[in-house]
Amino acid sequence: MDDNKTIAAISTAQGEGGIGVIRISGSRSAEIADKVFRNINSKKLADMRGYTAAFGKIVYNDEELDEAVALVFRAPHSYTGEDVVEISCHGGVYITKQVLRAVLDAGAVPAQAGEFTKRAFLNGKIDLTEAEAVIDIITAKSRCAARSAMFVKEGALRKRISSVKDELLALIAHLSAWADYPEEDIAEVDDEMIFSVCDKATNELEKLLSSYDAGQAVKQGIDTVIAGRPNVGKSTLMNLLSGSEKSIVTDIPGTTRDVVEETVVVGDVILRLSDTAGLRNTDDAVEKIGVDRAKKRLEQCGLLIAVFDNSQTLGEDDYELLELSAQVPSIAVINKTDLENKLDIDKIKYKIDNIVYISAANGEGREEIAAAVEKIAGTTKLNPSEGILSNERQRSNVAGALRSVKEAREALSFGMTYDAVTVSLEDAVSELSEMTGEKTSDEVLDRVFHNFCVGK
Amino acid sequence: MDYFAGEYDVAVIGAGHAGIEAALAAARLGCDTVIFTINMDAVGNCPCNPSIGGTAKGHLVREIDALGGEMGKTADECFLQSRMLNRGKGPAVHSLRAQIDRRKYSDTMKHKLELQENLELRQAEITDIKKTADGYELKTQMLAIFKCRTVVIATGTYLGGRIYVGEVSYESGPDGIFPATKLGKSLKELGLPLRRFKTGTPARVLRRSIDFSELEVQKGDEPPQPFSYETESLGENKVDCHISWTNDRTKQVILENIHRSPLYAGRIEGVGPRYCPSFEDKIMRFKDKPRHQLFIEPCGESTEEMYLQGMSSSLPEEVQLKFYRTIKGLENCVIMRPAYAIEYDCVDPTAMDPTLEFKDFEGLFGAGQFNGSSGYEEAAAQGFVAGVNAAHKALGKKPFVLTRSNSYIGTLIDDLVTKGANEPYRMMTSRSEYRLVLRQDNADERLTPTGYELGLISEERYNRFLDKQRAKREEIKRLENTTAAPSEKLNELLVSRETSPVTTGIREINLLRRPQVGYDMIRQIDPDCPDLDQSIIEQIEIEIKYEGYIQKQLKQVEQVKKLENKLLPTDFDYTGLTGLRLEAQEKLNKIKPLNIGQASRISGVSPADISVLLIWLATNRNK
Repeated sequence: MDDNKTIAAISTAQGEGGIGVIRISGSRSAEIADKVFRNINSKKLADMRGYTAAFGKIVYNDEELDEAVALVFRAPHSYTGEDVVEISCHGGVYITKQVLRAVLDAGAVPAQAGEFTKRAFLNGKIDLTEAEAVIDIITAKSRCAARSAMFVKEGALRKRISSVKDELLALIAHLSAWADYPEEDIAEVDDEMIFSVCDKATNELEKLLSSYDAGQAVKQGIDTVIAGRPNVGKSTLMNLLSGSEKSIVTDIPGTTRDVVEETVVVGDVILRLSDTAGLRNTDDAVEKIGVDRAKKRLEQCGLLIAVFDNSQTLGEDDYELLELSAQVPSIAVINKTDLENKLDIDKIKYKIDNIVYISAANGEGREEIAAAVEKIAGTTKLNPSEGILSNERQRSNVAGALRSVKEAREALSFGMTYDAVTVSLEDAVSELSEMTGEKTSDEVLDRVFHNFCVGK
Repeated sequence: MDYFAGEYDVAVIGAGHAGIEAALAAARLGCDTVIFTINMDAVGNCPCNPSIGGTAKGHLVREIDALGGEMGKTADECFLQSRMLNRGKGPAVHSLRAQIDRRKYSDTMKHKLELQENLELRQAEITDIKKTADGYELKTQMLAIFKCRTVVIATGTYLGGRIYVGEVSYESGPDGIFPATKLGKSLKELGLPLRRFKTGTPARVLRRSIDFSELEVQKGDEPPQPFSYETESLGENKVDCHISWTNDRTKQVILENIHRSPLYAGRIEGVGPRYCPSFEDKIMRFKDKPRHQLFIEPCGESTEEMYLQGMSSSLPEEVQLKFYRTIKGLENCVIMRPAYAIEYDCVDPTAMDPTLEFKDFEGLFGAGQFNGSSGYEEAAAQGFVAGVNAAHKALGKKPFVLTRSNSYIGTLIDDLVTKGANEPYRMMTSRSEYRLVLRQDNADERLTPTGYELGLISEERYNRFLDKQRAKREEIKRLENTTAAPSEKLNELLVSRETSPVTTGIREINLLRRPQVGYDMIRQIDPDCPDLDQSIIEQIEIEIKYEGYIQKQLKQVEQVKKLENKLLPTDFDYTGLTGLRLEAQEKLNKIKPLNIGQASRISGVSPADISVLLIWLATNRNK
């Protein structure tokens, strides 16, 4: 029951909207938004009145994600009737999801299906006929959740979560037995024991979290843009990756005028490839449209493959591409390695970590690119049968559990007593239980009685 | 022939720990009250361990005392030895336990009942209960009829009690007192959902038959702490306890005779508590454990009976003697009272509201083992709440409900009436989600204002409480505003306690936040520290050191409170409510939760069901 929690979700259709909106609703919405949104005039959203807007930047893990507009609504004058902040950012899936994640990490919880509407109803913002529709959404959601829970029950993810939870529960049960039965000869709990369980849990949860992006990549594919100045070999590269002749490949610069989409599997990763028009300043009206689209697409993509010509020195367009590459996950592909080197590769290395040398025309370099893509998508260590996180809610639970385990560890190193440490461990377990849909209340006691001989 | 014996506001059936608190609370609230005991010498009897308190139970005793109940004070008056358990494990799990003189405890309680204004103590077995237009009629075995507005049933193990010792079995209450054999039938006819539970107790052995010379001694704390906020000092500990261990031979005797256990032979149907296993249970369930600990505790100053904690059994008497005699110190022990298992009738507590009133029987309340709990303290806690509510009902006052967030008592009752009990319910600190808020040291802060409001805490005691709170707040403020200079003395002290020295001035409150620094150290560097009571210092330290955790739990409390303020109707039929799953409909109809918070704790009610309830509630409000 999260009725007092501040919730957040992407409230625009996911995909190719021009603008993506992340809606945050609840008493802490401004406070949470302030943790990720840096107002250009440094005024806090929490200090702003309702129906006002601010322009600024979204900062996540000390990195600027995007420029954004934040709209502040004050209860009861908002859609839900609560304090609401709506962050409008650029519409790419990657960016909006990152912004949502930043908001969740700042303390919001993911909204359930129909939850904004439910709150709107409970706060008297919409009427009864609409409420019935909300019940439908909620029950449909619970049926769906039940189905997916059934699915997960058999699944590898559940096993991974359960094994972390089991170890935490065993420790909590031990701590409980030790505290509730001081006169039984129960083995002492010591710091080492707690540290070791915490470290193991931290390790596993971190692995799960890093698998999330990989999981998303595996499931949905990464929006990938192949960019570079005209005739650098983009279309040849795309054909190399997709194994078909989709783009029109000629030696005349500017052959590819529009974004061409293709879904390809590179290594273990699905890439949704866009071969873009070459980046160059042009007077050709049609080509200009293509170039503008390419730039826009590029700013929002999940992966940039920047292609450079080994046989030419860096030009103005290349420098522009290098600047852009700093803003998104990128791979630099140095093409035409069969020709004499004139390219200043060190300058590229300075901006882009992942560099691959290929000769697309000779059909060489597919494996090298695959390796680099997998490295970036984090899937090189990903074994699909291991179970991975598949949605933002699961990720939020695992992140919460990880936070609590770290808190427990920190409290212990600070010298806090075990009763305080236990509180954080219990928080971690309840996050994991929420994820697997179990109630924890009696699990600890059941274990105490099962594992320990206690009682007068 | 029946005769009319009198009319009362509140009648309490049973004068054990639950009945006593119920009767005293009702009488003190101004109700004409009568309390029945089957045997006048069994008032406030302790048929099991001669001790009060223990983990989480100590919390309950403190809470009862903070509200104006009697258990803590009487335990202090009868104390033999007292220990604060779990020191060093953190303030949330500190628990007070006292060995008490069980005979004296019983006499003291009985005398208090006798002296209490508005209260009559009667020896009688209640054989029949009838609903009348404005209350109930109780009939005794002497055919006396008592009319009353409200009734508290606190029958303990007497209701349909049956004792088992090996192949021997007979109808009986504890300690050879006769059981209540007819009331159970009457309650069933009335429509209460009764079932059988079981519990047990170890043997009492003669002190001079024990060889203490090689046993580990367990002494009390010096100075021992009292339970009651009204007890100034306890004086010195009067007795020692001793520790011994079972061994391979003990195990051998059990294994050779396990077929003679009524439980393992299938003669006992009642459900026993997992946390209070008989010794043979421990052996059978934990076969690899080489030895088990036992405590040898004196039953009082005027008796030579010794209680063998940990050695509960329902094996035949001669087997008991045989296995006890394998234990070091007990080689020549003489059994005065054998161990036994007892089976008794109790009720499904989900039939009750958090006021401990039966949902379907207005004015009828239950408390203690009758409600499916176990333990003197759990019983007393429920007795107090049932007594206050029985009185309030009779007086037309509003219901009195404690919550999970303000007390272990509230947690205990919420667990019972919301989740039910599949085995006798024992309080444990792990049952509370707010452990760092619900500490035994701050029971007065949490509950004394409530006790005062009820009218069970005197003006004088309340003022003393307010003074204590003020002194605490002022000192915390002073610590916030006082900066300690980075003197050599300070840094020496810090280093000696293995925490880092300071180079600039530091607020004293921040020094105290360090786990290694206690108030005693602040006192060494700051001559302005006021002279404060140890109990205040302890609270200051805890509140400062655990501030983050306490704040976090208080926040959760606030969230839950919002849900508890959303009241649900108790006369509503959830069948067919659009959107509710079938299981949720059934559970909600059975429990009839009073609010959304309680509903969300029912197993089988999902968050989606709660959403549906919220919407339905709002819809109804708008109509």
